[in-house]
Amino acid sequence: MADATAAALHADDHHYTATGLPSWKVGFWTFLGSECLFFGTLISTYMVYKGSSVQGPYPHEILNIPLTSVSTFVLLMSSLAMVLALDGVRRGSKKLAVTWLAVVIVFGSIFLGFQVYEFSHFVHEGLTIPRNVFGSSFFVLTGFHGAHVTVGVVWMTTLLVLALRGRLPPSKALSVEIAGLYWHFVDIVWIVIFTLIYLIQ
Amino acid sequence: MTNLWSWITTVDHKRIGVMYFLTSLFFFFVGGIEALVIRVQLWKAEQALISAELYNQLFTMHGTTMVFMVAMPMAVAFFNYVVPLQIGARDVAFPRLNALSYWIFLFGSLFMNASWFVGSAPNTSWVGYANLTSLQFSPGPNVDFWVIGLSIVGIASILGGVNFITTIVNLRAPGMKFMRMPLFTWMTFVTSFVLVTAIPVIAVALILLAFDRFFDANFYVTAAGGDPILWQHLFWLFGHPEVYILILPSFGMISDVIPAFSRKPLFGYPVVVYAGVLIGFIGWGVWSHHMFTSGLGPIADSFFVASTMIIAIPTGVKIFNWLATMWGGSIRFTTAMLFSIGLVAVFTIGGLSGVMHASAPVDLQQHDTYFVVAHFHYVIVGGVMMGLFAGFYYWFPKVTGRMPDETLGKIHFWLALIGFNLLFFPMHFSGIYGMPRRTWTYSAELNVELWNQLSTVGGFIFGAAAVVWAWNMIRSARSGAPAGPNPWGAATLEWSIPSPPHHYNFPSLPVVRTREPLWHEEERREVEAVTLAEPEREPEMPRPSFWPILVAAGATLTWALVMTGIWWVPLTGLAFTGFAIFMWAFENPFGKKAGAHHG
Amino acid sequence: MAHEATEETGAGEAHGAHESHASTGFYWMIAAVLFVITAVEVAVFYIPALSPVLVPALLTLSAAKFALVVMFFMHLRFDSPIFTGLFLAGLVLATLMVGALVILYHLLPDLQT
Repeated sequence: MADATAAALHADDHHYTATGLPSWKVGFWTFLGSECLFFGTLISTYMVYKGSSVQGPYPHEILNIPLTSVSTFVLLMSSLAMVLALDGVRRGSKKLAVTWLAVVIVFGSIFLGFQVYEFSHFVHEGLTIPRNVFGSSFFVLTGFHGAHVTVGVVWMTTLLVLALRGRLPPSKALSVEIAGLYWHFVDIVWIVIFTLIYLIQ
Repeated sequence: MTNLWSWITTVDHKRIGVMYFLTSLFFFFVGGIEALVIRVQLWKAEQALISAELYNQLFTMHGTTMVFMVAMPMAVAFFNYVVPLQIGARDVAFPRLNALSYWIFLFGSLFMNASWFVGSAPNTSWVGYANLTSLQFSPGPNVDFWVIGLSIVGIASILGGVNFITTIVNLRAPGMKFMRMPLFTWMTFVTSFVLVTAIPVIAVALILLAFDRFFDANFYVTAAGGDPILWQHLFWLFGHPEVYILILPSFGMISDVIPAFSRKPLFGYPVVVYAGVLIGFIGWGVWSHHMFTSGLGPIADSFFVASTMIIAIPTGVKIFNWLATMWGGSIRFTTAMLFSIGLVAVFTIGGLSGVMHASAPVDLQQHDTYFVVAHFHYVIVGGVMMGLFAGFYYWFPKVTGRMPDETLGKIHFWLALIGFNLLFFPMHFSGIYGMPRRTWTYSAELNVELWNQLSTVGGFIFGAAAVVWAWNMIRSARSGAPAGPNPWGAATLEWSIPSPPHHYNFPSLPVVRTREPLWHEEERREVEAVTLAEPEREPEMPRPSFWPILVAAGATLTWALVMTGIWWVPLTGLAFTGFAIFMWAFENPFGKKAGAHHG
Repeated sequence: MAHEATEETGAGEAHGAHESHASTGFYWMIAAVLFVITAVEVAVFYIPALSPVLVPALLTLSAAKFALVVMFFMHLRFDSPIFTGLFLAGLVLATLMVGALVILYHLLPDLQT
């Protein structure tokens, strides 16, 4: 019982956990599980309505695979930058943290830039939300994804500013790790979207 | 500190629990009045005391209110107050997020009910089927209030689910393994998983509807290739797990109450746990039994017939476990116990009509009739509400430090039981005889007037029971007999601390060795030596925070401004909300002197 | 050392689990693999001879990318199984839902005319 008593005494401070895992991480993975359902429903809607549009533009006429392949690469590489940024924070290297966080932000912004271009090009070609069911489901799905990327860019920018001010030491690595989980999640959702919407038509 | 500001900024799970309870109690009476007006209108065939439009608003708001603003938040009130105490924790994992959930719930609920004041309450039933909800067929703001209000309160549930999962995983006291947790905590855990997975589905369904209404999208527009049936799929993919979200907490409550008042441990604890987990999971596989009349075809229908019948099994198993717990026990018929036994009996009846619905051919006759209304009120009022009443009487002494009046409690119970059965049992008959749901009058030729009149009388008796309940609450809280830490002689950790608890709950964390710590003499002494001690210095607790209510206000405002139809107006709300979130993120939850905490 | 509840820091996970934060070289390698898989996916899309196996090939390839990011960039492979359980709960249900709706809308109508 000495072990349990020792644990109990140690457990009095507000850092106690039953698992030894950080509560933020437990909560965030739970949230990501929930987000799977959110995007899963949007993806289901797109899949259900594949082939149902009564009038064009249709996917095969308008989706630009080369362009989207490039933006997909960019987003994937931003995930690499993210793990390198986390590594930099863990090592206490302000230079690495700042550099790689900046890369995440730049690559994320490039991805968003591609999205903005794609959206405006589609609208110019006559594909809008009201135009047909493809327009509705495409813009809502990719739009919500883009909104998530935008939130991610804002989050990373906040971290970058903190890092520049020297306020991201190794003891704060968990905060960067959580941000990283969010960023990678947004990336894997895009992996699914790229395959199901762009490549499998 | 009992001033208003302390309540606005509280992050204490016990206070938040009380706020949830009082708010849901208020809406219980709102929804109840809506129901009684319906019952008066249905007293006679072809009566026109109120307009058809008002009738549509009443039954829509009655359902929406009772599900989202009463049953769910009342259970959450108990999650909040009781679960940390049961697992030996000082608070939930994310106290400020907890407060946020409450304020979002409150503001979203007020927003939806604000529609009454402009004469445009939601009017397309609590299930809001497309394309009745389209701009074409519902041009007014009624559906907008519904879509936006529900989206707002949905967020509260997801955040709460994340909070309780983290709390239960991470803040259990030393020695409290999962299979030693009280059943109520277990069911809270399962319910939280169902919440975080099911609510996103309806969130998307509502978003799609909002896009149809505000941005001319085609999600439920047949002419463009959309399908109104998709709404049904998405709604019920949420909606069926939702009913398990409703019932599992009540199952959990009586699984604690019955052993306490049988002086016997729960029979087959692991089985009851696994049955609950199974219900939560299989509940995802039955949704289209709400759509047997939507033309899905025989293959789809057969699948859902099978899955629906299967899910009756774990539920039935629990009934036997509760009965076996009572068998051979030393029963005390307190009010809490009466309501628990009432649940076992009444829910069984509701379950039987449910099994009838499970057969697609039979359901073809029952669908959209009062037979369905009978079924779900038996399981929701007879099941969910009775469980909540049981939990209320059981934990009342812990929350208030006073005993509930047992005489008034028994009057509440008998009035409720009689009123409820008189109200809903006749609906099996009026339903089978063809009385359709959701219609403001019924034809005299149906000959169902007698059943309707019985129901209306029953409704008022049930209303009287609710008044007795409220009266009991007020009176007992003011002048009930003082309650010690464990007035019932129950087994679980929440009964090892004073009533009401100190704001820090536990002076230091107890070590647990069994499922019933207070029923094993040596363990009880060890636990109470820790839990009833006065600490040398008070444990440090998170400080109150103003940001949760601000973020909630900002989020509600953002959503509400969508109704203006001008795209940039909600963005101002979003900016405010973002600012408040930033301030929250950089606030130190324990105040300036605390150690390093990530932002 | 008795089982202890450790502090919530960013540095490590539960006691006993070794610090398996990989060298950065490992991450570059994963990124290279992701790069290659994406290139293969695009190639599969464009090569007409592969169109009969387009769907299974692309689903497999993208599943592989998904798994690589989750297991290694998100570190799920080396972290506590609790995190895996929490994430899979949502992922499995989401996948089943997509599958069910695709079956209900695209497969069943052909079967039950």
